[in-house]
Amino acid sequence: MTHTATPHGFADFLARAFASRSFVLGLVITAAIALMALVSFFWTPYDVTKLVVQNRMLPPSWVHPLGTDQFGRDVLSMIMVGARNSIAVALVAVGIGMGVGVPLGCLAAARGGWQDEAVMRFNDVVFAFPALLSAIMITAVFGPGAVNAIIAIGIFNIPVFARVARAGALAIWPREFILAARAAGKGKASITIEHILPNIATMLLVQGTIQFALGILAEAGLSYVGLGAQPPMPSWGRMLFDAQTRMMVMPTLAIFPGLAIVITVLGLNLLGDGASDALDPKLAGRR
Amino acid sequence: MTAYLLNRLITGLATLLVASLVVFAVLEVLPGDPARLMLGMNATPDAVEALREQMGLNQPVPLRYLDWIGGMLSLDLGKSYTYSVPVLDLVKERVAVSLPLAVIALVLSVAIAIPVGAFAAQRRGRAGDTLSMGAAQIGVAVPNFWFALILIYIFAVWLRLVPAGGFPGWSAGVWPALKALILPAIALALPQAAILARVTRSSLVEVLGEDFIRTARAKGLPFDRVLWRHALRNALIPVVTIVGLQFSFLLAGTIIIENVFYLPGLGRLIFQAITQRDLIVVESVVMLLVASVIVVNLLVDLSYAVVDPRLRAR
Repeated sequence: MTHTATPHGFADFLARAFASRSFVLGLVITAAIALMALVSFFWTPYDVTKLVVQNRMLPPSWVHPLGTDQFGRDVLSMIMVGARNSIAVALVAVGIGMGVGVPLGCLAAARGGWQDEAVMRFNDVVFAFPALLSAIMITAVFGPGAVNAIIAIGIFNIPVFARVARAGALAIWPREFILAARAAGKGKASITIEHILPNIATMLLVQGTIQFALGILAEAGLSYVGLGAQPPMPSWGRMLFDAQTRMMVMPTLAIFPGLAIVITVLGLNLLGDGASDALDPKLAGRR
Repeated sequence: MTAYLLNRLITGLATLLVASLVVFAVLEVLPGDPARLMLGMNATPDAVEALREQMGLNQPVPLRYLDWIGGMLSLDLGKSYTYSVPVLDLVKERVAVSLPLAVIALVLSVAIAIPVGAFAAQRRGRAGDTLSMGAAQIGVAVPNFWFALILIYIFAVWLRLVPAGGFPGWSAGVWPALKALILPAIALALPQAAILARVTRSSLVEVLGEDFIRTARAKGLPFDRVLWRHALRNALIPVVTIVGLQFSFLLAGTIIIENVFYLPGLGRLIFQAITQRDLIVVESVVMLLVASVIVVNLLVDLSYAVVDPRLRAR
């Protein structure tokens, strides 16, 4: 049986979240971007792998709403497929961060002592490697690619989730219902799984949204410098890199992929802000 | 306080040690034979053997690690394989671009963020607050390299006020060199300033709700004086923490921004080294960057003692 601290914890949270303007706006933007990425699996206005040289560098028009690039590919279609790549990389990276970080944080909180100290010092070491530096090291040895971007961003996410999980769990451990569970003879592991995790899940979800947004930004940066997804797979960062030398002729080539990144990150941040206000209503006015 | 400082110092050194093991393991042990990786598949066995000899790869791994660390500590970073010059000379030359860039960006971001954050906190809930924090929310979402491209388009291509890229070198004079660093620094600083402004505002709003502020106001002090003299100082701890954390983002940002503006800094060096598979350069530069992140975080922890008198008393 799962015991949460407040009987209707998650329902309350959702009710408060939906009352927040920033949460609703963020949710709408995020859903729209996710939908665009999903649709791209079945349909895009044009085939992004087909090069039509006679249509190169066309300005935005009814036929190509966002214009075409230097190979005559439709920019809107490329942004749609690029969304898929950005979301996939950021999502898996958040998964790695949560999958490794949360157990570490829970372990640190449950055991304390040297194990806690070891987890925190491990965090210090990982924090010293910004995602870009990890990506550089991995690329130097294994060559560039989307998988390396995922690993690099994922590694950077680990200490973030470890810290959040540890802090959240430490606040739950002294509570009475945990004492009751311990008195009933439950072990630390089963208490963590049955009681601690459900109580810190919302908090982790909120952090997940924030890390997701950071992941999208990091992926764009990595693919801009050539350490992320490789051509012909379109990615927003790569599109910006290609646009740089053609900006004088066609500034829109640099504007649209950038706007796609800004809108996606903005949507996720609004969602995260609204959600964390709902999680801790005291925060709401401070933001 | 001595115990606090000593504790932080020891943890900082331990972190540095473990980080060096990670860098060494990834770049020297993981590839199997780094010499083969650097020279590629078509290299002759003689060439590979010569490079192995130069890199000391025929020694046992622990000895190689100690050699490398000893070298780093005595500022002997080895010799670049592609440039055939000591890595230290390369680094010195490039730091002269990257460090001023990062420092200017950091100063700019603090100089923008604190007044904006204070302005928003002062007008909490009013139009000025909504507007400045809305702008900050957008600023957080803007990738610095995209912002850089837009700056290049407006100020270099359109208005022709500054160069679009490249670096004349400090020998060409301070002003031409600074001119080449202005746009990159703004591109780096603004997204960071947006984050910092949000932190400053929320920290200030929290402090402004405390009793001592009410007392100061009750004494008849004007609000502006209370805000700038009493509240801001107390709100600084989270701000300093974020400034420290931002250093690592700024450093990573410099690597990307240098590529946007074709600046011959550490970032460009590291990318050229990756393309040429010059692991000797990659290893030293990555270690230097990681070390600087650790040192800055240590300095931030130590600066708490300066900002927060309660820690000094301990």
